[in-house]
Order: sequence, then C-alpha cells, then structure tokens
Amino acid sequence: MSAALLAGRRRLARTIPRKYVPVLVTAGLFAAMFVAGGVRYRGFADGQVVLNVFVDNAFLLVVAVGMTFVILTGGIDLSVGSVVALSTMISATLLTGHGWPAPAVIALVLAVGAALGLAMGAIIHYFEIQPFIVTLAGMFLARGLCYTIGTESISITDPAFTALAQTKIRLGGGLWISPSVVVALVVVAVAAYVLHYTRLGRDVYAVGGSEQSALLMGLPVARTKIAVYTVSGFCSALGGVLLSFYMLSGYGLHAVGMELDAIAAVVIGGTLLTGGSGYLLGTVLGVLVLGLIQTIISFEGTLSSWWTKIFIGLLLFAFILLQRLIGARRR
Amino acid sequence: MNAVVRHRLFWPAVTLAGLLLLNLVFTDHFFSVQMKDGHLYGSLIDVVRFGAPLILVAAGMTLVIATGGIDLSVGSVVAIAGALACLRISDLDDQGSTGGVLAAIGVALALSLALGAWNGFLVAGAGIQPIVATLILMVAGRGLAQLVTDGQIITVNSAPYKLIGGGYWLTLPFGIIVVAAVLALTAFLTRRLALGLLIESVGGNAEASRLAGIRSRGLIVTVYAFCALCAGIAGLMISSNVSSADGNNAGLWIELDAILAVVIGGTSLAGGRFSLGGTVLGALIIQTLTTTIYSIGVPPETTLLFKALVVTVVCLVQSPAFRKKAFHRRARTASPRPAADEKVKVTA
Repeated sequence: MSAALLAGRRRLARTIPRKYVPVLVTAGLFAAMFVAGGVRYRGFADGQVVLNVFVDNAFLLVVAVGMTFVILTGGIDLSVGSVVALSTMISATLLTGHGWPAPAVIALVLAVGAALGLAMGAIIHYFEIQPFIVTLAGMFLARGLCYTIGTESISITDPAFTALAQTKIRLGGGLWISPSVVVALVVVAVAAYVLHYTRLGRDVYAVGGSEQSALLMGLPVARTKIAVYTVSGFCSALGGVLLSFYMLSGYGLHAVGMELDAIAAVVIGGTLLTGGSGYLLGTVLGVLVLGLIQTIISFEGTLSSWWTKIFIGLLLFAFILLQRLIGARRR
Repeated sequence: MNAVVRHRLFWPAVTLAGLLLLNLVFTDHFFSVQMKDGHLYGSLIDVVRFGAPLILVAAGMTLVIATGGIDLSVGSVVAIAGALACLRISDLDDQGSTGGVLAAIGVALALSLALGAWNGFLVAGAGIQPIVATLILMVAGRGLAQLVTDGQIITVNSAPYKLIGGGYWLTLPFGIIVVAAVLALTAFLTRRLALGLLIESVGGNAEASRLAGIRSRGLIVTVYAFCALCAGIAGLMISSNVSSADGNNAGLWIELDAILAVVIGGTSLAGGRFSLGGTVLGALIIQTLTTTIYSIGVPPETTLLFKALVVTVVCLVQSPAFRKKAFHRRARTASPRPAADEKVKVTA
C-alpha cells in the first residue's frame, strides 16, 4: 500500500468518524443504484419508485429492526420468517373463521409474537443453549403451528384490514404511501430512540461488545438478552400484521426465507454479526438497497428472479470485505 | 453406571432408542428386514437410506463445526451439484453411457470442492466470520443453481446415474454404501491419523495452534472443501433418487437439519471437540423422527411441531446449565453460573 494512499485514508478518517463509514457506504450505494437506474430506465427517477420500495418492504423493515436488536447483542434470530407467517395465519383464521374484531386480533398476534420471543430469550439465557439452535427450534415450532392451523391459504375479508390495505396516504404531487409505511417508520423511530437514548439501548451495545464485561460491570445481562429476543418476536409479529395488510391472506408458506433477507439487510447496513457495533439507520438503508435491487430487476424485465439472489450474495460479499478492511485497521 | 450416563453419546443414544421403542409399540413390522429380489427391504433400511444425504452433509458439517466454524451454504451446494450433474447428463447423446455420467459427476463434485474452497478462503484467508462467509454462498448459490437449471426442473433418464440414489449394490441401497465408505474414510483420517487432533486444536484456539506450528489456514480451507464435497455427493444422491434436479427446492433447509444433527450428537457449536459417531446418531434421530411421525399416524401438518418439541427437549437435556438447574436445585445457590466463572478464569 503506498504512503500517499495511506495518508489520504487517514485524512478521510479524520474528517469522517470510522464508525459511520459502513453506513455512509451503504447510503452511497443506494444513491448510486438509484442514479444508475434513473439513467438506464425511463420512469425510474421518480419519487414514487423510492416510496414503492418502502410500500413493498414495510414488513421487512419492521422485521429487520427487531433483527438489528438481536444481532447487536451478538445473537441471531432464525425464527422471524415463521413468526411472520404464524401472525398472518392467526390473523386470517380469527378474522375470517371466527369473526373477531380487528383490534383484538392485532393485539393477540403481537402478544403471541412477543411471548414466543420471550420464551426463546429465556431458554437462550438461562439454559445457555446457542441462539442459533434455540431460534431454529422456534422456527420449526412457529411454522408447525401454521400448518396445524391450516395448510390452505386463507383470505382476509375483514373491512378494517381491507381498508388499511387499500388506503393511500397522499403526500401531494401524485406521491403516496400506505399506512404500513407509517407504522414501519414509527417503529424505526422508536427503535432508534431506544437504542441510542435509553438504558436498554446502552445495555444492548454493551452486551454485544462483551457479555463478560457487561456482567462484571453489573449490567442486567439476563434482562437485556431476553428483552432483545422479545423485541424481535414483537417486531416479527408486527411485520406479520403488515404482511397480512399487504397480502390480505394468511398462509403457512408466507415469508419463507425472510430471516435471510432480514439478516442480509442488517449486514449490508454495516452491523457486525459479532455484535456491539452498528446503527439502525444502516438497517433501514440495507432494506432499501434490497428493495431497490428487486425494483431494478423488474425494470430490466429480461433478468430472471434468481439474479436477485446472486446480486444480494455479491453485495453481501462486497460489504463484508469492506467491513473487514475497516475492522482490520482498527486493531 | 455413572460413567455410562456421563458418556457424551448417552443422551443421543437414549433418544434414538426411545424413538425406536415408540415404533416397536405403534408400528407393526418396523423391525422386520426382508430379502426381496436380492435386495434388503424394511423400515430400518429406509431410515438409513433416506437419511443418507443428511448423514453425509452432517459428517462434513461436524468437521467444520469442530474448527469453530459453521457452513450455511451446504443446501445451496446440494442444489448446485445436482443441477450441474443433471444438466451435463441431459446434454449427453446417450444418457446411459457410464463414462458420460462419471464425467458429469466429476464436474459436479469438482465444482462443489471449488465452492467449499471459496468458503474456506473467505474464512481463513479473508478472516470473515464463518456464519457470514457462508451466508454469501447460501444466498447466491441458490440463485446459481436456478441459473444452471434455467429455473426449470431438469429431468434425466439415465440408468447409471439412477444407481447413486436409487440403486442397489451387494443387496444394500447404493447410497448406504457410499455413506459408509465416506464415514469410514473420515473416521480413519481424523481418528487414526493426527488430522482430527489438529482440527480440534484449530477449533480450540486458532491462534495458539498456529503458533504451535499447525497450518491452521490450510486446514480450515481443507475442512470447508470437504464439507462442500460431502454436500455435493448428497446433492447427487438426492437428484439421482428422483432423476431430476430442482434448483429451487433441492436441499432446502438441509443445512439446518445438518447443524441440528451435529448439535444433537453432542458436538458443541463453539468448536474444539467433535464426535462423528454422535453426528451419525443425530442424523439418524432426525430421520427416524420423520419416519416415526409418518408411521404412527401423526398428521403431517404437525411434523414440524413434533420436531420442534424433540429438538427442544434433546437440547435442554444436553445443556449442563439446564441439568444443573433442574436436577440439583440446592446446588444452585453455591455456584449460580459455572460456565461464566470458568470463562473468567480462562481470560484472566
């Protein structure tokens, strides 16, 4: 590495704190992809295209926020996709089959998601079993519950749900968003506040940095670890509710593999899977980048859907290498 | 007696025996093995035969986990290997030619090895966390498999290829023979030679083993390549069994089952120790569970529920923390967090 290059990097590092670099790179990538798309495709450089990314990925955004909490503590939650599916299934059955009112259904679904997360967190902490295995069992459990409720897709005809699904909040200039986007943005705002301005948020970063040190400092490690899985379960359930607005159906095969999308979004957003480092804004940008890839592929028209996966894999690779470069020089 | 209970294969063995007992009570003729047309038939043979790909993948996974790593990409490698082999065979003029099929298998396995070496390079060379490094190939590999099959299901009609997953040899299903051969070779290499010890030392502390003169990088790359090779063979078996390749669904979630098998078999995800026998037991437990669910008439919708239940119970029973809390309530106040205390001593 030449001296000039090193000096240039040092100058750059002095002006921008290094901890923000991954997030800034993701932001730059999003902007570059948007500009490239705008140059290449007619009708791409439109505000509505960006808003549609939000509309189509509101549920993923909420799920990824929960995943960010878990990953910041150095854990992982593989159950999110199945909890999303379970939420759509419970909503659809209770609304269509039993005629429950929408608010009661939503409250119950959120409680179920949070309870599942709480149970997994408690097992992980008190019985010292790896999060990977516990949440894997949780994934089987939630998917299994879906199939036990029913193997067919159940459509939702509840007036409150359909109204929420069809409402367009106009922003003027022909731009609109769905109520789900508002919900997702509120979740992001609340989560960002919790992570950066509350004791729980500090504890999350501390536990992720070093659980041992956090314990010796007298931080409530047990409460924090259980709390993050509860948050993730709650966010997955909320994501499931948003997905049922979007799909207007409950199905055991909804959201298969969503845990991978959520993890990919968090990683692309610059959060380290070892925990202790990362920002919620990065996760939001990660979700947007994933959404924009899909938009570009649909604009291209001739590219098949599997290219999405290949692109996401390549992006993951690029980002992780970048993180390595930054991380290696910190030591 | 105490030594038997303390043996780390005790609980997996108990679980498997319990599952088999359940079958003895609920299923007629579960243990009968018959000879028809020179082939062995029976539920037990089926368990091993359909479990063969999982055993293979889990065996490769065991070594990866022993180095303190994890390989999430095996499912994608399964799909890619099956897809590539079927593509090559479907392009042959004569699909029955042994040479052509062998060439196709060779290409598929070579690609699997290359993909595994890529994973190993990312982990050992670039120093990326194993779970992330293999996540890349897990996501992209699924896309690659679909690219190979062009999103379609490729069907082949080739007798030699059919042998791998569906054929018989020496009265046994060919798959079982392949698995036995791979396991025997692996057991020989890791337990009769120093290789197993080296792998465990890398898993225990990669830096310390490097300072002790072990080429940990090369070892890690080899282990990932071996894991992918096992996955490739499993992929050939799966696609050969149905004479077709499905880039989308072949080997879907097999990585999770394989990791589960390894953990049920008593190998810690933290690395440093491994038990091939335990992994085989674990894989057999998973496959027996699936067979049991079908044979005792649990509705297939609840299969996953049942699986979740068994996994939770097995993992809880194996967790020292759980055993301490559940069986020695009085001892709890004396040392509330034994594992944490140990760690402090090590780091201090």
